[in-house]
Amino acid sequence: MNLHAIRAIYRFEMNRTGRTLLQSVLAPVLSTTLYFVVFGAAIGSRIDEIGGVSYGAFIVPGLVMLSLLTQSVTNAAFGIYFPKFTGTIYELLSAPVSFLEIVIAYVGAAATKSILLGVIILMTATLFVPLRIAHPGWMIAFLVLTAVTFSLFGFIIGIWADGFEKLQIVPLLIITPLTFLGGSFYSIDMLPPFWQKVTLLNPVVYLISGFRWSFYGIADVSVAVSLSMTALFMVICLLAIWWIFRTGWRLKS
Amino acid sequence: MPPVLSLAHVSKTYDSGFQALKDVSLEIERGEIFALLGPNGAGKTTLIGIICGIVKASSGTVTVDGQDVVADYRAARAKIGLVPQELATDAFESVWATVSFSRGLFGKPRNPAHIEKVLRDLSLYDKRDAKIITLSGGMKRRLLIAKALAHEPEVLFLDEPTAGVDVELRRDMWRLVRALRETGVTVILTTHYIEEAEEMADRVGVINKGEIVLVEEKHELMRKLGRKELTLYLHDPIEAIPEALAGYDLELSQDRCALVYTFDTQRERTGITALLQDLSNAGIHFRDIETRESSLEEIFVSLVKEET
Ligand SMILES: Nc1ncnc2c1ncn2[C@@H]1O[C@H](COP(=O)(O)OP(=O)(O)O)[C@@H](O)[C@H]1O
Ligand SMILES: [Mg+2]
Repeated sequence: MNLHAIRAIYRFEMNRTGRTLLQSVLAPVLSTTLYFVVFGAAIGSRIDEIGGVSYGAFIVPGLVMLSLLTQSVTNAAFGIYFPKFTGTIYELLSAPVSFLEIVIAYVGAAATKSILLGVIILMTATLFVPLRIAHPGWMIAFLVLTAVTFSLFGFIIGIWADGFEKLQIVPLLIITPLTFLGGSFYSIDMLPPFWQKVTLLNPVVYLISGFRWSFYGIADVSVAVSLSMTALFMVICLLAIWWIFRTGWRLKS
Repeated sequence: MPPVLSLAHVSKTYDSGFQALKDVSLEIERGEIFALLGPNGAGKTTLIGIICGIVKASSGTVTVDGQDVVADYRAARAKIGLVPQELATDAFESVWATVSFSRGLFGKPRNPAHIEKVLRDLSLYDKRDAKIITLSGGMKRRLLIAKALAHEPEVLFLDEPTAGVDVELRRDMWRLVRALRETGVTVILTTHYIEEAEEMADRVGVINKGEIVLVEEKHELMRKLGRKELTLYLHDPIEAIPEALAGYDLELSQDRCALVYTFDTQRERTGITALLQDLSNAGIHFRDIETRESSLEEIFVSLVKEET
């Protein structure tokens, strides 16, 4: 293991975030606050409790997931896309590092950032709603697993992208809709039976359901299914990345 | 001593179907300055890319200090420093941070003393806290060299280190490369400036259209392929070259006061003795003679011409 390399890349990535600290923290905190004002206070007061949880509190896990998913994908995608864009990727490709080390460093940094962000959003949420975490261990497990998995996914997007549009198109056109439709703001048994079935095809449903269960002990699907789906997606991402480095796809000519 | 770098039958065909390298075999000796000389598009960057792991070879093997660049890529790459052709840098990192980053990336533990030495050698120490974006082009080029030297490589690749650089900076670069060689680093540079190869290299490899046309110790190259010109300054101008001298490669100067004889030093007989004899027989007398060796440029042009 080239630990020096992992540390060098990880630190480089964290420094890059440090330089844009204000916008990378302020933006999600602001948007979370807006969600609470609109959904929690204004609309939420007219919505019944769901499974014994007030609507404001109910949406907290979904809101954290929303940021966690988009930030993981965006951070990781940008982290590996940027050296391709500036041409500094030559150094990474010519360095004595394995694909595993590169992935650990970039994905590790991206996941760290989005986890920190998730924690910040949770803390912001406590200002608005009484928060209770039934299974803290599982809560952290879901947080980390999701951050890592979607950072892996973002890493793939970053390698695939050959322009800034492609870099943004996946979070914008895939992640955000899937999260909104994945039960961030509602329980899926509020939907008509047909749409409930369709919704189960959305992988984000399992993440949000599992994550919400770790808070309130209520879930749309069983926790075991949630965990397996997340793990499955992670394995798929790992295989894809392994293939990318083996073939040099979009990295080497 | 075994060569520090060895390429055997390396070929590269890009996905576009374009064959950029054709069966290249080459050995680089430890501690030498080797110039890979060739026109734009000859395949120089491709060749370096294959050695450094940026481009996948279609076939052939490359070893650095005995280590295969694919099978033992860790050991091989740790010995290589690469300064790319393009000035690719981050913008907002500091000089010190980016050079330290390179050292870590190549698997070496922190060593501020070494980073300081490298920066001082490249006259960048005063700029250590400056953001890269504030550096001039020449400084950025030196910064890339500093990054490449941060992990103490044995072999340094400089891909067109002086392309688009003014004369002053080019001389600085030459001085720098020589100083590097003094420290025992093997330097492989590419260039399309003949002058540069002539000035710096111990050996020159000429590459054209993906093929190594020739590899030769520089002085040997000059000696072997150098064409010499013998200029005879005549006592009295002549109207034309006499019929009797038609068998010689002769040219009469504009002012008709000098004859220029071109001959190949490679030939066993230069024909000078016979020429002088025949001149004397033709009643042409001269007051002075001068010889001139052709530059690498002329050699190169004749080589590339022969190939096509
Ligand atoms: N990624 C690529 N895909 C297709 N052709 C390429 C690629 N990179 C370089 N080439 C072609 O290969 C040839 C050699 O390029 P290069 O190695 O950059 O030459 P040099 O460095 O000697 O100028 C050129 O004709 C170039 O157009
Ligand atoms: Mg080139």
